[in-house]
Amino acid sequence: MRVTVDGVEVEAASGQTVAAVLLRLGRVSWRTTREAGRPRGIFCGIGVCHDCLVVVNGVPDVRACQRLVGDGDDVRTQHGAELPS
Amino acid sequence: MMRVVVIGAGPAGMAAAHAAAGAGVPVLLIDSEAKLGGQYHRQSATDGTEKFALPDGVEYWAESVVWAIEPIAGGHRVHVSTGPADGPGRVSRSVNTAALVLATGAHDRALPFPGWDLPGVVTAGAAQALAKGQGVAIGQRVLLSGTGPFLLPVAASLVDVGARVEAVLEANTVLTGWLRPGEESATTEPRRGGRHTARALAERDTTSRQPGKLADWSRQLSGAVTSPGKAAELAGYLGLLARQRIPYRSRQAVIAAHGDDRVEAATVAKLDVNWRVVPGSQRDVEVDAVCVGFGFTPQLELATAVGCAVADGFVTVDISQATSVAGVFAAGELTGIGGAVLSEHEGTVAGTAAAIALGARVKRPSKALRHIRTGRRFAAAMAAAYPVRSGWQSWLSDDTLVCRCEEVSCRELRSAVDEHRADGVRAVKLVSRAGLGRCQGRICGRNVAELAGLPEPGSAFARRPIAVPIRLAELAEADSPQAKPAELADSPETDSREGTA
Ligand SMILES: Cc1cc2nc3c(=O)[nH]c(=O)nc-3n(C[C@H](O)[C@H](O)[C@H](O)COP(=O)(O)OP(=O)(O)OC[C@H]3O[C@@H](n4cnc5c(N)ncnc54)[C@H](O)[C@@H]3O)c2cc1C
Ligand code: FES
Repeated sequence: MRVTVDGVEVEAASGQTVAAVLLRLGRVSWRTTREAGRPRGIFCGIGVCHDCLVVVNGVPDVRACQRLVGDGDDVRTQHGAELPS
Repeated sequence: MMRVVVIGAGPAGMAAAHAAAGAGVPVLLIDSEAKLGGQYHRQSATDGTEKFALPDGVEYWAESVVWAIEPIAGGHRVHVSTGPADGPGRVSRSVNTAALVLATGAHDRALPFPGWDLPGVVTAGAAQALAKGQGVAIGQRVLLSGTGPFLLPVAASLVDVGARVEAVLEANTVLTGWLRPGEESATTEPRRGGRHTARALAERDTTSRQPGKLADWSRQLSGAVTSPGKAAELAGYLGLLARQRIPYRSRQAVIAAHGDDRVEAATVAKLDVNWRVVPGSQRDVEVDAVCVGFGFTPQLELATAVGCAVADGFVTVDISQATSVAGVFAAGELTGIGGAVLSEHEGTVAGTAAAIALGARVKRPSKALRHIRTGRRFAAAMAAAYPVRSGWQSWLSDDTLVCRCEEVSCRELRSAVDEHRADGVRAVKLVSRAGLGRCQGRICGRNVAELAGLPEPGSAFARRPIAVPIRLAELAEADSPQAKPAELADSPETDSREGTA
């Protein structure tokens, strides 16, 4: 299947998490914090910490470590607190 | 017939489902992951296979998160949301039951240190889940730092996915004590957490003592070593470290991570017996990932929401794994950290007891009960050997974040306590914002409670009406708790689907 990561089309496999797709691309961070704008990526890996938030198909605050990719998903970096587009 | 509802499909939950179904009672098994197994048995998510089979009579809801549980007459109503994680189109359902088994497991405890918020610094469990479930290495040059034998399987998995493990750093003393009982009894501080709180069992069990005295401890350890599976597993990991030339060092830890937008290096230091840094022992190591694991914190949210009594941070259970709330049982890491095998036996007992609560007539699960007794001795010995010692607090600098979500620094937390006299969990949350963020204090709760010297344990952060964040739109569509008071008898179907999104 194919998904788009920050506008670039990439190959992904069924069962992969969004975090795994991003890490395989060499990305370690895909969000910035609300206050200090610091980069964050995965931390707990099991859905507890909410550090790994990402925008999927226009919906922000999706935990990349929990969300499995779907064909055609549009994955975007999340900047601070975002509203759904 | 009424169903047993089991939440969590790790070793404990799966065993509970098997036991209840084996007793002839239908089961609903609910788990937020896409595949069965929980943490220990995490399966590859991408290879299209399924290792586990569930017996007839078990219905399984995958990718289903329980976000609230409310009491109803004669039992509980469980609110579930099924579908892609955090997606807007999930299906909301609720199910009533008079026999609920909680088996929600635990997550890693991470201690803060300067730079722990840099990308590339992750929990040991995160590295493990990525390696096992996704075949991905968190980095190419990795340091593992923390305490307890769990660091070893993580090192093994990292090697499997092609990472170079620079070293495994054990802040306590390396666990050869497992094989040579009595080598060390360094319990100079009272142990925090990690203790099994199933008092009913411990009190009946005359060989189980509070750890602390060398004699007791080595007796407990010999109990542990008689568990041949454990010793073999351990030997396997030690052999792997030797073959891979991965150093396994006692009394060392990563005390700082460095880099601009990601971790590029880490400071490793020697620690004294209370985990204060030995002056002059610091050295910097080039790495692209640091994995930290200082034991585990149980996922208490649902248990707390239901009102289960908690002691020393774990759900209190009796010999049948019954919690303080009628019709609610708990098993696995939720009731004490003891590993997958103990979790499984507890699950067997909990599932059997839940089936009995619904009228099944079955034999006492004597074998599982016996294994639980030895398992808990082993767990107590492990907890005594791998405590978290207070010296970690000296690793922090003023601007080290203590709460990652709300970006609260150590300085801000101290000011909340010293200047604003915040002296309880509520006050600290309100004044400093620590624990108010999206993780709801799961990551920082225990650390903040210790740093601020609060009288309440970190588990006091686990009190929340909604256990798992869900989207507002879903909340609006779901049959929200208390909105429709229901009687258990009202829904003989037990499974009432409430509105689809
Ligand atoms: C990330 C991680 C990796 C680990 N890997 C290993 C390992 O490789 N080897 C080892 O010896 N030990 C490992 N452990 C230790 C492990 O906790 C235990 O050995 C064992 O898995 C505990 O079994 P359990 O059944 O109590 O819980 P778990 O195996 O943790 O299972 C709990 C299940 O409940 C589900 N759950 C929790 N809350 C909800 C909810 N609200 N709604 C729906 N489902 C929910 C979780 O998704 C999970 O599948 C790991 C721990 C963690 C945190
Ligand atoms: S990494 Fe913690 S929630 Fe995803």
